Amino acid sequence: MNEKRQRTDGPPPFEVALEEHGPRVHSWLTARVGPDRADDVFQETMIAALSAWDRARVESVRAWLFTIAQNKAIDEQRRDSRRPQPEAEMDAWPAAEVTDLLGDPVWDEVRALPEKQRVAVTLRFRGDLTHREIGSVMEISEPAARRNVFEGLKTLRERISDE
Amino acid sequence: MNSELESRLAGRPASGDNGAWARLRESLLERAEAEALIDLVYERHDSPFGTLLVVAGDEGIVRIGLHTEDEEGVLEDLARRISPRIGRGNRQPITATRSQLDLYFAGDLRHFDVPLDWRLTRGFRREVLRETAAIPYGSTASYAQLAERAGSPRAVRAAGSALATNPLPIIVPCHRVLRSDGSVGSYAGGSPMKEALLKLEREKGAD
Repeated sequence: MNEKRQRTDGPPPFEVALEEHGPRVHSWLTARVGPDRADDVFQETMIAALSAWDRARVESVRAWLFTIAQNKAIDEQRRDSRRPQPEAEMDAWPAAEVTDLLGDPVWDEVRALPEKQRVAVTLRFRGDLTHREIGSVMEISEPAARRNVFEGLKTLRERISDE
Repeated sequence: MNSELESRLAGRPASGDNGAWARLRESLLERAEAEALIDLVYERHDSPFGTLLVVAGDEGIVRIGLHTEDEEGVLEDLARRISPRIGRGNRQPITATRSQLDLYFAGDLRHFDVPLDWRLTRGFRREVLRETAAIPYGSTASYAQLAERAGSPRAVRAAGSALATNPLPIIVPCHRVLRSDGSVGSYAGGSPMKEALLKLEREKGAD
């Protein structure tokens, strides 16, 4: 077989990736864990990324950073013993007070979405990811990512217009 | 409305050098450095010719990027050749280098006194650049003279390419190297910059 060796570029300069993607990762985290905890989780995310930076690749670094951010957000939630919550509620986010801090009632509606739609919609608009990247972060197919964004957005639109 | 909903969801992410974002980046870099996760630090520096980059590694200044070079291109090259763990921050010896650059451009500094990290150049090229570093303020040398001083009088072209790839321009004064016929020759920062630096040093007087 004619095996073509694919040339893979090495990791990009950390600072370039930070400037290009950091603000969106941080912004997504403000919705994911709340504005008051976003800075800490963002730092955890970027430190974890930097520790494994040799694995970063120019073409996929953004989705990779969001994957780490997602994991760090879950860690943070599990650690958060200040507000003990039933297991089923673990993934319910944003927390109600986050909605207040973000100052927009649309986040109440986001909170009410099914988990997958909530992740997909926030990654799409707050994280500015492509459907393909969303699929990679959520470990689902690109069409499934697209469907989750579409359904989530549709529900939000209906509920907002009912207000 | 559709687009309104989308922009409400998007919010306004931090950007550029705004205060909160700058502080967040600064504390991130501090922690990354404390955990030894950063290999190179750089800062931009405004000069009379345009924005320069000053890059430092553990041992000293490793690279000066000229205004004619693309910032991302310089960083990508460093990522490949040294390490991609590059952060932006104003640290020693970067701060000292920046103030010395200001003084030099103002004609108030004749010798840079900052630690240099020579790892981006080796062999004959490094010899040529070390000889270049020894050319006194306000003086000039020819490519042929440098080749000779570096130990290979016939390697004039190789001396030329060593100078063309000088990772530490200004500090290692490749602008003091001229063609044998006395013409200024090329310069990574453009001939006008080379001429301006030579003129400045001439006016301030040779060592």
